[in-house]
Amino acid sequence: MPVATGEHLYGMVIDVDKCTGCGACSVACMSENNIGTLPDETDKIRSITWLRVYQIDNGRPYPDTEVAFFPRPCMHCGGSWGGFFQQDADPEGHHTPCVSVCPATATDYDDETGIVSQIPTRCIGCRYCVAACPYHARYFNWYDVPWPGGLEQSLSPYVAPRMRGVVEKCTFCYHRYQQARDKEFAGGEFGEMDYQTACTEACPSGAITFGDLNNPEHQVSKLLRQRHKHAFRLLERLGTNPKVYYMTKREWVRKRADNYLPGEKIHRFAVGS
Amino acid sequence: MTEQGHEHKRRSPADWWLFVVGLVLFSAIGWVVTPAIIYAEKPQPLNFNHKLHGPDGDAGKSCEDCHSFRDDGSFAGIPRVESCLECHEEVMGETPDEKKLVEVYIKGKKPIPWRVYAKQPPCVYFSHAAHVKNAGMECTECHGDHGTTEKLRPYQENRLTGYSRDIWGWAIHGWADPPERMKMDDCADCHRENGVREACFVCHK
Repeated sequence: MPVATGEHLYGMVIDVDKCTGCGACSVACMSENNIGTLPDETDKIRSITWLRVYQIDNGRPYPDTEVAFFPRPCMHCGGSWGGFFQQDADPEGHHTPCVSVCPATATDYDDETGIVSQIPTRCIGCRYCVAACPYHARYFNWYDVPWPGGLEQSLSPYVAPRMRGVVEKCTFCYHRYQQARDKEFAGGEFGEMDYQTACTEACPSGAITFGDLNNPEHQVSKLLRQRHKHAFRLLERLGTNPKVYYMTKREWVRKRADNYLPGEKIHRFAVGS
Repeated sequence: MTEQGHEHKRRSPADWWLFVVGLVLFSAIGWVVTPAIIYAEKPQPLNFNHKLHGPDGDAGKSCEDCHSFRDDGSFAGIPRVESCLECHEEVMGETPDEKKLVEVYIKGKKPIPWRVYAKQPPCVYFSHAAHVKNAGMECTECHGDHGTTEKLRPYQENRLTGYSRDIWGWAIHGWADPPERMKMDDCADCHRENGVREACFVCHK
């Protein structure tokens, strides 16, 4: 079923019905990727959360109120590159929104892994990508992180810390892929569990699944095959072809995940229309 | 008309001398004074004789005996002082460097604060496993004859960035073989020649 041309196609499946909105994924992400606390964290427009948990509700009064949570990492949009389902790749040849606007080539689409990179040292801080990203997955460093009380001693050496004036975003914990490959080169095995993102490992309810969409043995592929009726992506009709799939059995959640008109029927594969 | 324009002024020997003096002066500033301003030469804590330890020396060790891979494929780099202890429990030779090693670092149980020529900025990801284990490259392809030298090269630290001069390269023109430089273009050149993919995340993190 997958139609990608690259070797791997790393993606994520998030079961919205399992997510309790606890935020453990967000915390794990910040700790894994050296994301610090800014001088003023009450200024939420400027705070940095590679993986933010959004809350939505069905908009109905008390006894019928229901909420759902959307953990939102970078979607690693593939554009016209393949997705899991035949219909996922955009026939009109759309592209990764952030990559196509970057004037400094500080972000690119890796066709071997399907991961959208972000190289802060090359970024000139113009923020075109922030504006282009329909998912608000990209963050600009308005401040240098102060790292109070010697906290910089606890930074992970596998992820480069960023400075003021550059953009950063979720990398699907790419450094873990690098480590897994090193292990493979040294004679070990590169199994499904050797490359898992920090948020996946941290999720207490098992709502996040991560793996290679190209590999039919991986849990993400199995889930999507078994429950393809419940699978969808955010703002699918833009044709960005994200690799983060969400799953829910609740229809109102599906409808809130894209800009459906009142009374419009859910149509999963109307990409680019 | 004929007397005003187009008269070719001939250069006197003094003009030519001034040109030569200027050329030499400013070349000297560019090639000698500027590097001296930018780079601070810092001593290594002690000298290490690679030749003596290497396959042709007294110790007869191979590169991998000390610079080893861990089981997870990561590269251990410069060995810890515990590795030195395996042989140097007591002073074996007569050099002051060895005496310092044994008395200060081994008996004092302190790590040796080597200045690392190859230390890269945190945004750079380099995998020894990918080059040595996967691509099958020899140590000398990048490190040259470092493994057979008797003295450690001088370590020059860039006063602005704090990184070694080796990153920018001693031979600025880049004709040396191995190129002696560790700039992004040098990585990219070799990757391009050997058909390695050029995505940013191959070498960045």
